Amino acid sequence: MSITKRFWISLIFSLPMLANMILMPFGWMLPGGNWTQLILTTVIMIISARPFWQSAWASFTKHHSNMDTLVAIGTVTAYVYSIYAMATSQAVFFESAAFVTTFVLLGQVFEEKMRNNASNAVEKLVDLQAKDAEVMRDGKLVNIPLSEVIVGDIVRVKPGQKVAVDGVITEGTSTIDESMVTGESMPVSKKSGDKVIGSTINSNGTFMFRAEKVGDDTMLSQIVELVKKAQNSHAPIQNLTDKVSDIFVPTVLIIAIFTFIFWYVFLGASVASSLIFAVAVVVIACPCALGLATPTALMVGTGRSAKMGILIKNGEVLEAVNDVKTVVFDKTGTITVGKPEVTDVVGDKRTVLSVATGLEQSSEHPLASAIVKRAENEAISIPKVSQFKAIEGKGVSALINDKKSFVGNDKLLEDVQIDAKLKQQVIDLQEEAKTVVFVGVENKVIGLIAIQDAPKETSKEAIEDLKARGLKTVMLTGDNQRVAEAIASQVGIDSVIADVLPSDKADHVKALQQDGKVAFVGDGINDAPALTVADVGIAMGSGTDIAIESGGIVLVKNDLRDVDRALALSKKTFNRIKLNLFWAFVYNILGIPVAAGIFYGIGLTLSPELAGLAMAFSSLSVVTSSMLLNKAKITSKAKFA
Amino acid sequence: MTKLLVLIVGLAIIGFIVWWFFGKHEVAEVSAEVSNNNQSIDVEVNGGYSPETVVLKKGVPATLNFTRKDKSSCLDRVVFSDFGINKALPINEEEKIEIDTSKAGEYQWACGMDMFHGKLIIK
Repeated sequence: MSITKRFWISLIFSLPMLANMILMPFGWMLPGGNWTQLILTTVIMIISARPFWQSAWASFTKHHSNMDTLVAIGTVTAYVYSIYAMATSQAVFFESAAFVTTFVLLGQVFEEKMRNNASNAVEKLVDLQAKDAEVMRDGKLVNIPLSEVIVGDIVRVKPGQKVAVDGVITEGTSTIDESMVTGESMPVSKKSGDKVIGSTINSNGTFMFRAEKVGDDTMLSQIVELVKKAQNSHAPIQNLTDKVSDIFVPTVLIIAIFTFIFWYVFLGASVASSLIFAVAVVVIACPCALGLATPTALMVGTGRSAKMGILIKNGEVLEAVNDVKTVVFDKTGTITVGKPEVTDVVGDKRTVLSVATGLEQSSEHPLASAIVKRAENEAISIPKVSQFKAIEGKGVSALINDKKSFVGNDKLLEDVQIDAKLKQQVIDLQEEAKTVVFVGVENKVIGLIAIQDAPKETSKEAIEDLKARGLKTVMLTGDNQRVAEAIASQVGIDSVIADVLPSDKADHVKALQQDGKVAFVGDGINDAPALTVADVGIAMGSGTDIAIESGGIVLVKNDLRDVDRALALSKKTFNRIKLNLFWAFVYNILGIPVAAGIFYGIGLTLSPELAGLAMAFSSLSVVTSSMLLNKAKITSKAKFA
Repeated sequence: MTKLLVLIVGLAIIGFIVWWFFGKHEVAEVSAEVSNNNQSIDVEVNGGYSPETVVLKKGVPATLNFTRKDKSSCLDRVVFSDFGINKALPINEEEKIEIDTSKAGEYQWACGMDMFHGKLIIK
């Protein structure tokens, strides 16, 4: 029988006793007196309360105890004593057993509903998927179910339709609403060659795309998987409740026995009133509120942040965020757009570009692709290159027309010559926040290429928000000091650590950890170690898979302002956990002594019925408080009062 | 005289509670048998989990079959926090839970309220 049915039966059979209790002072009595009460309560005990005993007994045989143990002992004690009292013509309290059962079940009915609401949020994400797709098969477009789409399929998407899976547009243009995956509310325009994400909604154009990821590999599936893990993860703060819950119920039973002994043996109270105090103690204690405090808040908090495009991977990260003192940023692709462009070429333009392109064409470095792109635009022929060699952290060299040529950064200057005029130009360019690449032949610099990677529009605001929160901001980059400082002053970063070799990023993060917890924000493969070392690793969603894997928080939208939102949300969630735990503990710590009758002297006592009501609502209030996290305001600008 | 008796009985019950719940008791442990490159263990949910500790072999696909016989809402979900699994257990129905056994180690599972615990060992 469902909890809801048990509750209704219990309620209906309790009502006559409630009427009896309320109307007694006015001279109305329940017809049949104690016998009617006995029958009503017996029905409740057999139908509604029996599962409590069954569960209590089953766990007892396994040396365990749970909330049902308390409810079962409380109600059975009241019931059995009342039968004894009836037989010996003393005052009975059948209604206690009946009301406690009703209230506890009422609490459970609500709680079940709320818990299901809290956990369903993610499952709804999966429902966002398209059901079928129009796929090119044997030269014809056919409608097939989503599960039959395979990698490499060409899929057509008409206006208003959902994109079936992840892929790349092969023809056509459109604007796509990606809000369900990235949280970004503005539709994004896409053209041939752009990536599309499964489950997003196509708005106006028709386009074809090639499926690249299907089934469990799609971005949405990955996000759902990640959020599920996060929602069910363990926060370190729970270790405390784990310990408490192991000893909670037996301890309460012991306290209840002491309560009875005290009242009956030492204070000389009657068996009935001593028993009522003991029953109240058993009934009011609520281990569930303690157990629910953390998981429910974690579930709602991580679910909500996922909707905003912020994936918090687990409770540990959430807890670590609270003590973060410093936020360290990678420069390229994090603070800046990550698409550098060549702005100036110093020296003989065609020769400089030609040598540089020859050396850089096979490199995947973003600066290299900027140079290659520029050369393509200028229609520069690429020379033949041999004996290609990388100079770690400095650049590359090779033979072009039998002459040793090189391209690299200013660390190369230790080995080669440069004239004074060029040197001044380098400084000028660097102060404009442009990265300077040196191009040389036979140990002499023949020209410079200035490349600029502009900061993202939102970077400045993002940094301001973090500073308003009282956090220290640091930029970590392999770039030259002057360039780094120029960018830093554009976006308002406090301090700069420049000229960092990729392999040293993690060490710098470690050094910064000496002054408190550090969050690291990055996107590249070379950021992965730093993301792992940092107390909180925040990976940009546009970043490489390995970076996303290493980060504890992933920003799907790729907007730096989400760093602040992520911190705000994590803090809110963690504070809610603490609040929940606080109330759950306070409730038990205050409730038990009151129920035991310690404040009897000042007229403060709790009947078992009221204790049952309080118990039912303590776990309900914890779940409600967690659900309210969905409504809590997330201010992106922290202000100091 | 009655009071003395009540006192003694009360203290005796307390002693029993301490011994019964806090004393060391053997925990049922079951190791999975591998057949056809598959291993599975039935776990009964009734006032806790039996067996409470299950041992799985590393690298072999595994299923745990949970059957809840207990009506308590305390036990109506089972959560493997390390695997991101949170499953509702409908009463008296066998619920199959696939376990990824690629990483050896000791993992905990718990009921939805984190009151009952079970241990999963992969080795």
